[in-house]
Amino acid sequence: MQLTLKVWRQKNGNAQGRFEHHNIEAEEHMSFLEMLDVLNEKLISEKKEPVAFEHDCREGICGACSMVINGRPHGPQTGTTTCQLHMRAYKSGDTITIEPFRANSFPVIKDLVVDRSSFDRIIQAGGYISVNTGQAPDGNTIPVEKDQASDAFDSATCIGCGACVAACPNGSAMLFTSAKVNHLEQLPQGKVEHNRRVKDMVKQMDKEGFGKCSNVGACSVECPKEISVENIAALNRHYLSSVFVKK
Amino acid sequence: MSLTGLFLISFLIVHLLGNLQLLIPDGGKAFNIYAHFMSTNIVIKFISIGLYVGILLHAIQGIIIVLDNRKAKGSKYAVNTYENGNWLSKNMALLGTFILFFLCVHMGDFWYKVKFTDTLDLITYPDIDYQVKDIYQRVSMAFGNVWIVVIYIVGLIALALHLIHGFQSAFTTLGLQHPKYTPAINVIGILFSVGISLLYALIPLYMYFAKLSNY
Repeated sequence: MQLTLKVWRQKNGNAQGRFEHHNIEAEEHMSFLEMLDVLNEKLISEKKEPVAFEHDCREGICGACSMVINGRPHGPQTGTTTCQLHMRAYKSGDTITIEPFRANSFPVIKDLVVDRSSFDRIIQAGGYISVNTGQAPDGNTIPVEKDQASDAFDSATCIGCGACVAACPNGSAMLFTSAKVNHLEQLPQGKVEHNRRVKDMVKQMDKEGFGKCSNVGACSVECPKEISVENIAALNRHYLSSVFVKK
Repeated sequence: MSLTGLFLISFLIVHLLGNLQLLIPDGGKAFNIYAHFMSTNIVIKFISIGLYVGILLHAIQGIIIVLDNRKAKGSKYAVNTYENGNWLSKNMALLGTFILFFLCVHMGDFWYKVKFTDTLDLITYPDIDYQVKDIYQRVSMAFGNVWIVVIYIVGLIALALHLIHGFQSAFTTLGLQHPKYTPAINVIGILFSVGISLLYALIPLYMYFAKLSNY
């Protein structure tokens, strides 16, 4: 299949970016990243700078592949990361626009690579539990109801890719932060430090300069792990109670 | 934002109930007596100050959030799709500004003229012993003008759109979401938004056509 790629090129964070046009030949069984590999091999053979993009596991669980494809983070398919998007979703002759995630808290490092360390700092502010929970068998010493465990797992499936921030017209990180808070809140091991965690993570989120949530809901639509906006409502609820009710 | 929004929604209900009296075919007696009570009662005066503060706060919070969020988003995408959020939720500020503009027209037309000018006739009714301003006459005159009616209809469409997102959004912001009740809240929100705007729109439309049929 013949494709026209409109790829964002930017030397570094301070440089002015621009779109570059490339015509390439891809095959429909390729993943989107393999298609970009083809582009880069072509660029290297032409002695040109390859397009920088992030990738790691290429099996949809690491959250490294961050790019906006035709206006949608991780491309057109719901519940799919860029690496799991395959070229059969496109037709020969298509023009595909590829941009980096855009938000002030995700500054571009190069081309399609953005700095998402603001997410790491939100996790460092409280996205953990302070005690050693031991090995896997020790996890079973505290019984957790199946429904509760499933709900916690739904929130825990967040891979921290940042598509929520990329999709949000406000550049808000509420879906990510709320998923991380709720994942731990719903388990007995995480509940202990809950109030402190909510306050600290929200504080760090604001400090990083993320926008304010206006309940647009684009985050959840674009989330490759389909994290629900119910997490956001729960975070609001926990935040209000940790500020006004709990000591 | 959510608290001031819900407060303003509660005002919309009270304001509508009072103003539906314009539709009582008694030459405006019930409405004029009600309006006299509303403009002289001390408790209502305090509530109305709360209302003005509520409107201002809601607008100021809105402006701050829009400016903050613009800064947080930085640059925009070359391609935008519907999935990036529907038009309503992304244009609350635009709709809000429009509603504020409409409010200025609305208050300039009635509130200002009633409170600060002597252009209204005083009227007495046989069964009450005080004079009241004939606000009904003023409203009826305004809604005899087709352009004023059009402005009201457009303003109310903006209100309905603003509320469709605002109503359910306020509940999410306050953390009031539950798989059992949220679908109901969403449906009630849409019905309320459209319903209250339709009932408001009924007043200028009814008065315009009632006047038209009198000629």
